[in-house]
Amino acid sequence: MTDLKFEDALARLEEIVQTLESGNLPLDESLKVFEEGIRLARSCAKYLEEAERKIELLTKDEAGLLKTQPFSLESGEEEGK
Amino acid sequence: MTDDRHVWTVSVLTARIKERLEAEFPAFWVEGEISNFRVSNAGHAYFTLKDETASLKAVLFKGKARRVRFEPQDGLHVLAFGGLDLYAQRGEYQLVVELLEPKGLGALQLAFEQLKAKLAAEGLFDPARKRPLPRFPRKLGIVTSPGGAAIRDILQIISRRFADLHIVIAPVRVQGEEAAGEIVGALHDLNSLGDLDVIIVARGGGSLEDLWAFNEEAVARAVAGSKVPVISAVGHETDWTIADFVADLRAPTPSGAAELVVEEKEAVAELVADLYDRLKRVVIQRIARHRERVESLARRRVLTDPARPVRDLERRLDELTARLAAGLTAARREARHRALLATNSLLSHSPLARISSTATLLEQLDGRLSSGIRHSAERMRHRLRTAVGQLDSLSPLAVLRRGYSLTRLPSGEIVRSGRQVGAGSEIQVLLHEGTLGARVTEVRERDDRPQV
Repeated sequence: MTDLKFEDALARLEEIVQTLESGNLPLDESLKVFEEGIRLARSCAKYLEEAERKIELLTKDEAGLLKTQPFSLESGEEEGK
Repeated sequence: MTDDRHVWTVSVLTARIKERLEAEFPAFWVEGEISNFRVSNAGHAYFTLKDETASLKAVLFKGKARRVRFEPQDGLHVLAFGGLDLYAQRGEYQLVVELLEPKGLGALQLAFEQLKAKLAAEGLFDPARKRPLPRFPRKLGIVTSPGGAAIRDILQIISRRFADLHIVIAPVRVQGEEAAGEIVGALHDLNSLGDLDVIIVARGGGSLEDLWAFNEEAVARAVAGSKVPVISAVGHETDWTIADFVADLRAPTPSGAAELVVEEKEAVAELVADLYDRLKRVVIQRIARHRERVESLARRRVLTDPARPVRDLERRLDELTARLAAGLTAARREARHRALLATNSLLSHSPLARISSTATLLEQLDGRLSSGIRHSAERMRHRLRTAVGQLDSLSPLAVLRRGYSLTRLPSGEIVRSGRQVGAGSEIQVLLHEGTLGARVTEVRERDDRPQV
């Protein structure tokens, strides 16, 4: 899912919740929409959690190409000293 | 004429003056206003320092100009430090400037104001240029010193509040001569990664001098040119740098920058969680409502006593049947009644009936007549008897009995006068007993009977 799709999914989710809260849908229709809403909510939550939990340090190799290496505060502080 | 005059050449004189001048004014501070400021192709700056009554030519060589933190320009009141130098070829002396400071403001402050005014005029601080922070930042770039307080503060906030971020740190020196160039390079490198959502440019607090890199034009332009939105977080809350003005968002501190990034993401995550809750709540309520309805329906007799409607129907059927039968009977009765009426009516109008009734009437009349007649006869008889009695008393016959007689003509006409007869007329004489036939012999109209 891209950010844009995420936006769309979120907007659709908001729409679904509002529609359901307005209570205008027949029960079978509202259950259908509810299922869609649950799917959207889960995928939205998943999308937000998808970000990798990592910290890297950007460096350049001899050829000047960018690369990254794991970074920890301790090693960073040592480097800085 | 003896030529004992000592004549110097221009060169010698100039050399002597140069020597004296330079010895006398090797290094000093002088104060004046810059005019005729120009920079040669070689990069040296030439200008005149002047006050109300005097002027002094000055040069700022390229090597020294780099150290000047502000832009010298005409009209600026400055303090210059240097020594006098005589340019022999042109016979001109000038101040060779070692240090140049704006009078009043500090040089850095002036430089700051100058760059700020320049970039503002270019529209780099225009609020319309500011991009919103991404709502769902997942990959964050940080330009800072990997060993500084800033990165520690940022990572602390992020790990405490919301750890699911991919962070790429572009290590730079954040102060000193090389800092600006490294910061510009780091911004470029992070942009070239292509998948960052936001970049924080951070440095902990320090003096204006310490923060100077973030007031450099090159840094300001790199921040402005970043494709990825930039949050500047330099120094403390009260420290404003040019980078702060150019950045899409200025955070008061590095921690503040981290919170801004995290808040957006947290807000979205909370929104999603809230929507999820509302979704569930709405449907659960909805289902509960429907269940209540179903249960209340289930409690109704039609479902608790399923045979009831059938019974009701049967009952109704019975009732209808009964009513139908009753209806039929009534109809029949009515029909019969009407038939009877009709028959009666018919009979009553029949000639037989009339005959019969007439006969009856006749009979009645007859009866009435007979009795009437009987009655009448009785009455008649009575009257007759009475009349006979009366008649008897009045009867001439009764008179006859007393000796009188009655004379009649043959026609039966009673003879009351002699004039009714003539001599020879046959007459009948009625006696009390029997009758006499006789003939008149004489008629006298007058007799001698006493007149009554």
